[in-house]
Amino acid sequence: MSIVTNTDPLFLWLAGGTLALLTVATVIGAVLARRVQTPAGRDTVRNLNARIRSWWVMVALFAAAMLLGSVVTLVLFALLSYLALREFITLTPTRRGDHAGLFLSFFVVVPLQYWLIGIGWYGLFSIFIPVYVFMALPSLSVLGADTTDFLTRTAKAQWGLMLAVYCTSHAPALLWLDIPGYRLPSALLLLYLMTVAQLSDVFQYVFGKLWGKTRLSPGISPSKTVEGLVGGGLTAVAIGTGLHVITPFSPLQAAGMSLVIVTAGFFGGFVLSAMKRDLGVKDWGTLIEGHGGVLDRLDSVVFSAPLFFHLTRYWFT
Amino acid sequence: MIPLVQPALRHGLLGLTRLLVGARASWEGCAPADVPRIYFANHTSHLDTLAVMAALPAELRARTHPVAALDYWGGSALRRAVAVGCLNALLVDRTGKATAEVMDAMAAVLESGQSLILFPEGTRGDGTVAPFKSGLYHLARRVPAAELVPVFIENLHRVMPKGMPLLVPLICTMRFGAPLPPVDGEDKAAFLQRAREALVSLSQPKSQSASQPASQRTAQ
Repeated sequence: MSIVTNTDPLFLWLAGGTLALLTVATVIGAVLARRVQTPAGRDTVRNLNARIRSWWVMVALFAAAMLLGSVVTLVLFALLSYLALREFITLTPTRRGDHAGLFLSFFVVVPLQYWLIGIGWYGLFSIFIPVYVFMALPSLSVLGADTTDFLTRTAKAQWGLMLAVYCTSHAPALLWLDIPGYRLPSALLLLYLMTVAQLSDVFQYVFGKLWGKTRLSPGISPSKTVEGLVGGGLTAVAIGTGLHVITPFSPLQAAGMSLVIVTAGFFGGFVLSAMKRDLGVKDWGTLIEGHGGVLDRLDSVVFSAPLFFHLTRYWFT
Repeated sequence: MIPLVQPALRHGLLGLTRLLVGARASWEGCAPADVPRIYFANHTSHLDTLAVMAALPAELRARTHPVAALDYWGGSALRRAVAVGCLNALLVDRTGKATAEVMDAMAAVLESGQSLILFPEGTRGDGTVAPFKSGLYHLARRVPAAELVPVFIENLHRVMPKGMPLLVPLICTMRFGAPLPPVDGEDKAAFLQRAREALVSLSQPKSQSASQPASQRTAQ
């Protein structure tokens, strides 16, 4: 299921396009760094260049995992879930009574969820966390006989698992979809989701920085603007429509799917920003230079992955 | 032990520590520097030594020696290999029978230009900082040239609370504070009080980065 089809023109186009995009971004970043005058502008450009450097690393890691096959891709996403959950629980108040449940969440639930994908047990994969784990966790916590903030603690631990593990795991689960008549490796579906969701973020940032005037919601996400959202979102939909060649979708279907990914991605980022404001932090973590934590980079995928997975599964398998 | 095994084990241990607790360094009151320093930290869990070592830059780590209890870490060949071989630990007798020898050994490390990591509370806490034992005072008087750098280990008590065998991975930050300035004629109690306050003041994060204000509210 690996996409090492070496000299396949499609593969060359994808690899070439990605490299070209990163190179153009790097050159623009270097030019801006020479031209910028104001201190505020310098901060913005420094952050932009840190983001671009991190993009090279993230793209390289993702590409390497996809080329090495579906199991390696699955392990990469399991690791991302683990790191995202660690960021979430770090910022969430916990008490002694939650300890056993949290231990199980990290070291049993995360591997099991991804193992269920790997063995293709769709039925259990889709209900394991929302049914079994969501009952087991408060059951374990209640044994601690500590009712302080019990509802809040339970709800927060469950939301952490929902976002970092359950939702995120739907992205690599695309690799196990069996779509009749789709001749390409299904790793390309994952590539499609990640490309549209991440480019939507990137172009929203670019459009917002260049033409953004109307703040969307300063209290939740100061950098989001209406101009950025519309311009970036439409650009991502256009790219997603053009990329229909790597999917089982027609151009019109691809446009619809891209619109779903972009819309869900926007709300994912928005909801997670509201959570950060509630917790009193700017970023989820510091692991990815310029971007913040793993959850800061995955926030748009978290909401769009399950939707894209189920729409594809329902209509195309 | 085979020469290659210890570096491999050291990298494995430090890598595992980072995977579990992040071990991020936040240099708030001083910069990393190769001068003799006594890093004194709050004692929160079994992972403290590894976490502080993982947070130090590699070139400083090689010249920094955590002070560890001989009765535990010298207890078996394996523990000794991990403590001394992998983490450069200085094993000391904490029974009180050999106080002079312990002080000589610690002073010798500092006088050779290298650094020590101490946990002056002597015992693991529950997130609050206990009163300091007097070793830090005597060592500071013996080697006045050494910088006294407070290191607040954030969040690690939530990773492995006392009495809990299980570990929950959370991001832990080591906050390195400003070196304690010398004060002439200060007595032991005042010095220990001042050192403890320097450590406690680091627990209130100044910068809004990956800090955990919300989690600390009900974490106790």
